[in-house]
Formats: sequence, structure tokens, C-alpha cells
Amino acid sequence: MSFYEALLSALQALNAHKQRAALTMLGIIIGVAAVIAMVAIGGGARQQVAAQIRSLGANLLIVLPGNITLTGVRLGSGASNTLTDLDAEAIMREISSVQTSAPTLRPSVQIVADSQNWASFAFGITEGYFEAREWEVEIGRSFTPEEIQRGGQVVILGWTVVQNLFPGGEDPVGQTIRLRNVPMTVIGIMARKGQSALGTDQDDAVFVPLTTARSRLTGTNRANSRQVGSIMVKVHEGEDLNAALEEVRQLLRQRHRLQPDQDDDFTIRNLSEIAATREASANTLAWLLAAVAAVSLIVGGIGIMNIMLVSVTERTREIGLRMAVGARPGDIMRQFLIEATVLAAIGGIIGVILGIGAAEAVSTKAGWPLLIDPLIVIGAVIFSGFVGIFFGWYPAWNASRLNPVEALRSA
Amino acid sequence: MALVEIVDLRKTYHLGGQDIHALDGVSLQVEAGEFVAVMGPSGSGKSTFMNLVGCLDRPTAGTYRLDGEAISTLSADGLAAVRNRRIGFVFQQFHLIQEINAVANVELPMIYAGQPRSLRRGMAIAALSRVGLGDRLHHKPTELSGGQQQRVAIARALVNKPAILLADEPTGALDSRTSLDIMALFQTLHRDGVTVIVVTHEPDVAAFASRVIHFRDGRILKDSTHQPRDAAVALAQLEGEAA
Repeated sequence: MSFYEALLSALQALNAHKQRAALTMLGIIIGVAAVIAMVAIGGGARQQVAAQIRSLGANLLIVLPGNITLTGVRLGSGASNTLTDLDAEAIMREISSVQTSAPTLRPSVQIVADSQNWASFAFGITEGYFEAREWEVEIGRSFTPEEIQRGGQVVILGWTVVQNLFPGGEDPVGQTIRLRNVPMTVIGIMARKGQSALGTDQDDAVFVPLTTARSRLTGTNRANSRQVGSIMVKVHEGEDLNAALEEVRQLLRQRHRLQPDQDDDFTIRNLSEIAATREASANTLAWLLAAVAAVSLIVGGIGIMNIMLVSVTERTREIGLRMAVGARPGDIMRQFLIEATVLAAIGGIIGVILGIGAAEAVSTKAGWPLLIDPLIVIGAVIFSGFVGIFFGWYPAWNASRLNPVEALRSA
Repeated sequence: MALVEIVDLRKTYHLGGQDIHALDGVSLQVEAGEFVAVMGPSGSGKSTFMNLVGCLDRPTAGTYRLDGEAISTLSADGLAAVRNRRIGFVFQQFHLIQEINAVANVELPMIYAGQPRSLRRGMAIAALSRVGLGDRLHHKPTELSGGQQQRVAIARALVNKPAILLADEPTGALDSRTSLDIMALFQTLHRDGVTVIVVTHEPDVAAFASRVIHFRDGRILKDSTHQPRDAAVALAQLEGEAA
């Protein structure tokens, strides 16, 4: 009996017991669908975390003013005013592993454009900022070095701000808006960046030159100081982030003339590390989901074995007849093995379709990228076929060992 | 050389620590072209005899040659091949596969013989026409009467052109008119040169054979030849009485 004949006869047998075949397949269908959906969902979650890391800017350290203790009263983080743009320049100049160092001021501002107004943060920045954030101006242009140096009255808007100030869809570039009543010309709009790893909307911001922010947007007591709110330090790709962190720390301690027994008057955060931790937990989750799904596939296989054993018992007379007209034990074995495999493979294919559907639904709802690896799809179908062969083996072997005389006599 | 040569054939079953001699030294020969009826009460060994002649089972001792080939020493695959090519089975319960139609049922032995698809169909249709079912090719067994199902089974038995047609109580599940129909068909096949062995416990059925072998307690009690009754004539008589 050729493989093709055996396949036909398997399809015939399955067709004759549609309901049973469908119920048997259900285990495999659920198993495969779960594998596909879980791997896709896990992958999507991982992708999202990776995207968050990218949006944060990779290899990034953030230096914040530290807390200080004044006559026994501890003030919170940021209370110290020792961090200056000169520190930022020194970091850039003296630490070789640093790619760019961007001092930032971040006063909150009320923005007015014609009839609309909106509260946001104005980031006072220098040239290095967009490089450190790996962020680009999408429409219009960025600041010229002259604007940054002289404190030009120009502003670049984040996407959320554009949406709120110009709901009619007019082009903001070239228009004049007011920040804390200071008129400024819009010269550009940032590319959309979305949520940060910590959940804040990064597009809800406007950007002005640091000098402008300092002189026009912050309180007068800060107007002439060189103080900044934070410094973003981007380390060259491939450099050890923790070593760079330590170098920055030593440099700032030295610049701030801190004695060995004094605490740092600043804090350095390694944001990539937070993101990496999240990625690791996303990975763990993905593996866990895949493992649960694989177990359900094996349970589906046991279902196939169960039904095949029933089927062999039920069709004992047919097996006896086939033997009487010339089927060899191997022919019988092959027939049932193919039947189990076809059952599992069809279940696998249906499972793939359902799994992709489920993954698509979840990723649409969660706003994740849909990540379906064709290798996983092919792997799942092949694996379910193997589940069929593995769990179909024993029933098929049982069938092939039947004694034709007894098989024919069975009721 | 005889078609079937059996010498001192024995089959012993072990049941509950007891040896049961189902066949206890049977020797006989059947020539090609004979129509033999095997008779005996249940437990006489006639079913065991049929299973051995049909190569469904192996003897405990003794030799069996079919068309010169020693059967007793064959492997399971070898026995399957002999059943496939040399023997055509007809059973009391027809043993048709319910899910497939008449042609597909008749094709079954050819599938195991490795016949190409293109040849099988025509041969199956020819075999069904030969048993008078040329107009029922695509009916499934459930759509056929008992007599028609048995004809499909006979077509299936004939399709590989076997040396022996082996029928086990072929009329056991049929009414008397259909039984005569089937026996007439066997007689027609026999006249065309097919060797037929019918196992039965009904003397009425055995009367249509030219040779009757009686079994009792695993041995041959009587082996006789006589003038067979003509099933076609019996059928005509039956129909005459009915009319």
C-alpha cells in the first residue's frame, strides 16, 4: 500500500467520523494556537520593551542634582543647585567614553497659541540633547548653534503639544506662540516618540535653547547662574556603562570639591539598566507562556492516543478484513500512524490560523507590534505532526499485531 | 499436482491449562476446479480448517502446500501476500467497509497488491459486473440489500484472480431465496473454472457442491463426491411455487 493510498484511506476514515476527529483535534488546535499566540505575544511584549529602551536613548546616564542636608533638614532630590552646564562640558571634555553630554533645564510653562493654551514642560537644551535621546526633528529644523549660544526666541514642539495647540491641523511652523508670555517662533516639530519606560508621554514637551530657558522661562534668582536641572550623558556604543558612570561620579565629586567623607551632591541614574531588567522579565514571561503552551500540546497528543486506541478497538473487524484481503502488519501500522499524524497536522494548521488570529487581536488591543516568526509557525505544525506520530505509534502498533482470525470474529 | 495438499495438519489451542485439539491430523487434497463443501457441527474443526487453508492462521504441526508452495513456513508478511493473491474470502457477515462504496470495497485487495490506480477501477467494475452489480457501483454497503452486499464481497474476493474462493457460511445471514441466488452465482463461477470451498453447517447448501467433506472432533469423518443440485433450477422451482 503506497503512502498516497494510506493517506487517502486515512482521510476517508477521518471523514467518516467528523465529530470525533474534530474533538480529537481540539486538543492539538488549542495547543498549537496557544504556542503561536503566546510566542507572538511574548515577542511583542519584548519588542515593546526594546522599543522603550530605544526611545529612552541607549547607553544613557542621567545626572540629577542630589539631596542636601541643611542644618539637619534633609531636602529632597534636586534640592542641591550645584549641577551646572560647566559640569556637562567637563564630562564631555574629560571622559573619553562619553559621546555627548547634554545639560537640561525643565521649567513647566503655560503655552498660548491664538485661542488655545496648554501646560507642558519646556526643555532647555543644547546641541547634544537630541543626539543623546536619539530623537529627530521631523518637520522644520533644529536649533542653530547661534540660537543656542545667544538664546534665540525659537521653539520646537512635541507632537502632543502640536495636537493640543493646533487642533485644526494648521501648520505650526513659522507661527508665533507664547511661553510664559514670552513670544517665540515655532521652527520645528519633533518626531513622535510615545511613552517612556516609566509611562510618561514623551511627546508632551517643547524644546528651547538652554540659554533661552534660563533667561526667559525660569525664576529670576536662577537667571544668571549656570545651574541646570539634569545632565544627560550618552556613552559610546560598546563602552562599559558602569565604568563610565564611576568616572562621571569621580569627576563631579572633584569639580564640586567634595571631601572623601561627604556624600555625593548629585545622583546618577542608569536608565538602560532599568529597561534591561524589564526586558529580562519580559523574556522570562515569554518562556513561561511558551512552556505552558507546549504542555497543552502534549496533552493534546495524549488525547489523540486515547481516541486512536478507541478507534483501533472499534475497527477491529475492519482491520481483520484488511488483513484477510492481504494487508501486511506494516500496512495496518502505517494506516493508523498516518491517520494520527493527519489528525494532528490538520489540528496544527487550524491551530496556527487561530493562534495568529489571537495574537493579532491581542497585539491590536495592546498596541504591540505583531511578531509572528514563520519559523515558529512551521515548527509548530511539524511538532504537532510529530506529536501525532509519537502518540499514534502505540495504537497503530496494537492494530498491526492483531490476529486476523480473532479480529474477524470480533463483534 | 493438487492445488491444495494437506498432510497430517494439526492445530492445538491452550485454554486454561488444557490442550484442545481443534484439528487432530487432517490430510486431504483438493484439485483445481473442484467445488467442495466442508461440513460439520460447531466445534468440529471446520472453522479452524478454513482459517488454515485461508492462511489466516498457522498450523501447530503438519504441512500445507498451496499450488506447490509450502505455507507452514511463511512469515506474517508472506502469509499476507498469499492471502492477497491466491485466496478470495467470502464471510457470513460480508465484512464490507461501511464508509466507502462498492467499487472502493472491491479495489481494496488490489491496493494491497500494489496495482496502479488506473488499472484498479476498471478491474473493480468488471468484477462487480461479473456478479451482476454493474448498476450498483457507487452505492455504499448500507444502501445495498444483504444479497447485494454479499455479491460485492464475492466481487472483492474474485478481483485478484485467486486460486481458491473460500466462503465461510456465505448464506448464513441471508433468506432462502437470496441464498439460492448466491449459490447459483458460486456454481456459475465454478463452471468458469474457479475452485470453490464453502464451509457450512447446512446440508441444503452443501448439496450444491460436487464434493462434501464432513468434520467431527478435529478429524475428517467422511469425504464423498456426488451429483450436485443445480441452484438455478432450485431457484426457478422456488419462484414457481411462489407464483
